[in-house]
Amino acid sequence: MKDLISNINKVFESRVRLGIMSVLMVNESYDFNSLKETLDVTDGNLASHLKALEEKGMIKVNKQFIGRKPNTSYSATETGIAEFRQHLKALENLIKEQ
Amino acid sequence: MKNDTKSIDDIKAIRKIMEESSRFLSLSGLSGVFAGITAIAGALVAYFFILDNGSIHYNEYLRNLSAEETFSLRWQLIADAALVLVLSVLFSFHFSIKKAKRDGKNFWTPISKRLLISLLIPLVTGGVFVFILLLQNHIQLIVPGFLIFYGLALVNAGKFTFGEIFYLGILEIITGLASAFVPGWGIIFWIFGFGVLHIIYGLAMYRKYEA
Repeated sequence: MKDLISNINKVFESRVRLGIMSVLMVNESYDFNSLKETLDVTDGNLASHLKALEEKGMIKVNKQFIGRKPNTSYSATETGIAEFRQHLKALENLIKEQ
Repeated sequence: MKNDTKSIDDIKAIRKIMEESSRFLSLSGLSGVFAGITAIAGALVAYFFILDNGSIHYNEYLRNLSAEETFSLRWQLIADAALVLVLSVLFSFHFSIKKAKRDGKNFWTPISKRLLISLLIPLVTGGVFVFILLLQNHIQLIVPGFLIFYGLALVNAGKFTFGEIFYLGILEIITGLASAFVPGWGIIFWIFGFGVLHIIYGLAMYRKYEA
């Protein structure tokens, strides 16, 4: 039981962060606006969660210009993918256990 | 207990987002390589066996003959093209299913179905259109027709799989338009568009994502 809880990652304890990671697990990269649309959140909310995930090394930010418009896209790091998988497994185990 | 329902909801949300946001990433680069090889083989068969080492310049030749005389030649070319198509599709399914399995992913997902539909609409339209061209004796437009509609199909499907497919589509369209300008060089453009481009694309994708 203790083991199950320990794999629940605090970094992902938020709907928005779960959403971000879910999208980035199945997409090479995703830009800010598409993320916003997919997850249906506000700019500020999304930005703060992205920042947090970036600081923990779960995602990386790629800034580039499309024409003159800046375009920021995000992708999951290797660590992020591994950690999130573990987190998912822990969630599933938690359900099975009860 | 409260924690329990929260976890279930989380997992449901995660699944949904993954499904909705994803692209079909099981397309294997090897599919491209094999499609290219089959296309070149098909073109060589057409050139050396059906068109008799190119001595039958099919454009003028077919125009000056009655429909009956060109009938068998046409059907041989159609059979050749159909065989190339079937083999390429089988190869691409084979390698993609294999890749999906290796990555522990499903082959049939809402995304792969959408991908297939977006690919098939321009492709089937093109196939029918090319068939009509053949019946109407616009032989010189057949290769451009194939290339252009195939390119459009790839551009359309690019939304649901690797972004690179989009650019391959653009190149196929350019090749098709170029070949419409130079009648009589159909086989060369076919080999370049369906053969060379596919092989280069396939190798690049394989090295980038699978090797």
